[in-house]
Amino acid sequence: MKSPEEVLKHAEELRWQLPQNLHDRIAESIHGEAARIAGRSITRRGGNRRLAWQQKLDRILTNPWTAFPIMVSVLGAILWITIVGANVPSAMLATLLVDQGHALLADWFVAAGAPAWLRGLVVDGMYLATAWVVAVMLPPMAIFFPCFTLLEDFGFLPRVAFNLDRIFQKAGAHGKQALTMAMGLGCNAAGVVATRIIDSPRERLIAILTNNFSLCNGRWPTQILMASVFIGTLAPKGWGSSIAALSVLLVALLGFGFALLTSWMLARTVLRGEATSFSLELPPYRPPNFWRTLYNSLIDRTLIVLWRAVVFALPAGAVIWLCANIPVGDASLAAWFIHLTDPLAWTMGLTGVILLAYIVAIPANEIVVPTILMLTVLVTGTSGGEGAGVMFEADNETVRAILTAGGWTTLTAVCLMLFSLCHNPCSTTLYTIYRETRSVKWTAVSALLPLVMGIALCAIVAAIWRFLA
Amino acid sequence: MSAPDPHIPGEACLSCSSRFSQLRKLGLRVEESDYVIALAGNPNTGKTTVFNALTGLRMHTGNWPGKTISRAEGGFSYEGKNFKLVDLPGTYSLLSASPDEEVARTFLLFGQPDVTVIVVDATCMERNLNLALQVLQITRRAVLCLNLMDEARAHGIQVDVRNLARDLGIPVIPCAARSGEGVPELIREIAAMAKLVDALPPRRLPLEIPGLRLALDQTEADLTRCFPRLPQPRWVALRLLEGDREIMRAVRSGEIGTLNEPAGTPLTT
Repeated sequence: MKSPEEVLKHAEELRWQLPQNLHDRIAESIHGEAARIAGRSITRRGGNRRLAWQQKLDRILTNPWTAFPIMVSVLGAILWITIVGANVPSAMLATLLVDQGHALLADWFVAAGAPAWLRGLVVDGMYLATAWVVAVMLPPMAIFFPCFTLLEDFGFLPRVAFNLDRIFQKAGAHGKQALTMAMGLGCNAAGVVATRIIDSPRERLIAILTNNFSLCNGRWPTQILMASVFIGTLAPKGWGSSIAALSVLLVALLGFGFALLTSWMLARTVLRGEATSFSLELPPYRPPNFWRTLYNSLIDRTLIVLWRAVVFALPAGAVIWLCANIPVGDASLAAWFIHLTDPLAWTMGLTGVILLAYIVAIPANEIVVPTILMLTVLVTGTSGGEGAGVMFEADNETVRAILTAGGWTTLTAVCLMLFSLCHNPCSTTLYTIYRETRSVKWTAVSALLPLVMGIALCAIVAAIWRFLA
Repeated sequence: MSAPDPHIPGEACLSCSSRFSQLRKLGLRVEESDYVIALAGNPNTGKTTVFNALTGLRMHTGNWPGKTISRAEGGFSYEGKNFKLVDLPGTYSLLSASPDEEVARTFLLFGQPDVTVIVVDATCMERNLNLALQVLQITRRAVLCLNLMDEARAHGIQVDVRNLARDLGIPVIPCAARSGEGVPELIREIAAMAKLVDALPPRRLPLEIPGLRLALDQTEADLTRCFPRLPQPRWVALRLLEGDREIMRAVRSGEIGTLNEPAGTPLTT
């Protein structure tokens, strides 16, 4: 029997008798053997046209002068397709679920003789929140995700990482952070898990803390709706969708800028260190398997994310309805909160309703817009039809009408887009961050850092806007 | 009576084990498995595509190295036996470390799968065979899945499969997992390898480095005396002689003896 120390000591002695460059010689002999075996079994024939066009494409996609415009326009194009494509199905779903479905369900409850509070809680609260989530979320996701997955299958992402490597390197972060941020565009929790591809703990932590600046699928619909309803309508006729897409693109790029800035700040202060180098293989371009990709991203990503949104929307709907209907003194709970936070919200260019919505929506960003709409209707008493909490004709114009009645201006929409980009991650992401870092401190930093930045950003934008106006 | 219609497969065809008829994709139901199969290979060689083809699951695939970051498990049943399939993150070699590669390495070395399927990109065999040779130093209960054959053909690359199989000493199956080409053959070979009773000696590399063999023998003997249940003592011995700090630490703390159950590696700062 030997003790571990003795084993190590003996190995140490033996090591001195071996050649110094043992590791290299072993690697060399393995490599030599691999080359010999491959050489014996492989024959190449003729010129390679496929390789030639791949190389040509790579020259364009990795040259800084052409790569950046192409990357930005590809993202812009996807956003434009999403906005244009989602408009009609969104309106149809809203008519079906929000108008007709809601009225039908309310009639059933009346016919069944259910008490008013039960009808309010279930129909005006839980059902309506869920219906809004489906109408607002489903169409943009069903278009955005497949487009993104097709690009991923084609081999576009590693090229993006390759191009951004230099920039991240300068910020003191890891080049693979570009890949994890791209994953974050789908879901920040997934992006945080993806940081495992980064070896250095310091750079991995930077990547985790800044992943939230990638707009996730819960926030794309908020951006798209605000852009379509408030910014697109400022544009001359026919240009609405393009201007809306452009403004969402700007917010996404701003998020990228914030991620870089935050990485740079962290790498200069608390997470000081040199950026490590890495090798990234550029895979060959592969034709995406179109139908399978479409099917997979619809079934797996879209429906799973939608399911998550629905699961969170049901209780959130109940909470919203209760907030708006539980009286405290002479007003409802929600009215009190909104009244108290309105001054702070005004400074940030927002409204108290939005702040309350962001508290209700901590579990899932997906339900922000439905929450805002319902709270606005319930609290301000505005509605497109009869009674509090009931909305008809839920298209973009109605949304605009409801929100304008709630005291919204273009500034509110702009600040909401900024705050949506820049606020604490959802609870799922926070939990994932805790699981990956095993640190309460860094989880708290990842929640507070973007929140403080968001509040400051909105306040500055609102101040400048009001000064100019 | 007329002659049997040649387009309708006869009974013999339907029951022939070379077809899919014996395969049941079990998805996530992997509780009671008879064999554990590991999928190893360089990054972005299509391990997850092979995994999906075998299990019927739809794990996310993407055309970039590093898409799979933790191990995924799924199952299939073939000829009455249940197989648990473990999809591992890609790794270039068993000799170096990053957290995602660590998962793959620990499982291959200490998880002791019944069969290791080495997924190889047929368009860049030379580099891919590096890892294959390293895996074969550990186990010869392996099957080489020569994936992306459709791409290799488009590149004008021809592979002499029989020659390659003879050189490596394991079955080689040309596949295009994306379209399902070669998957039935792959399953058959995996099942055959899993049922193999005879112990195949690992394939030794011709390491013509003066003194290495003797030093390896001595260190391996030391390790076996100290940790009788350690799988892969020869590999650990090689790492010790190379001065791998991580392995030295694991030996010193005795942790190396408990590596059979690999856990996720939490980030420590």
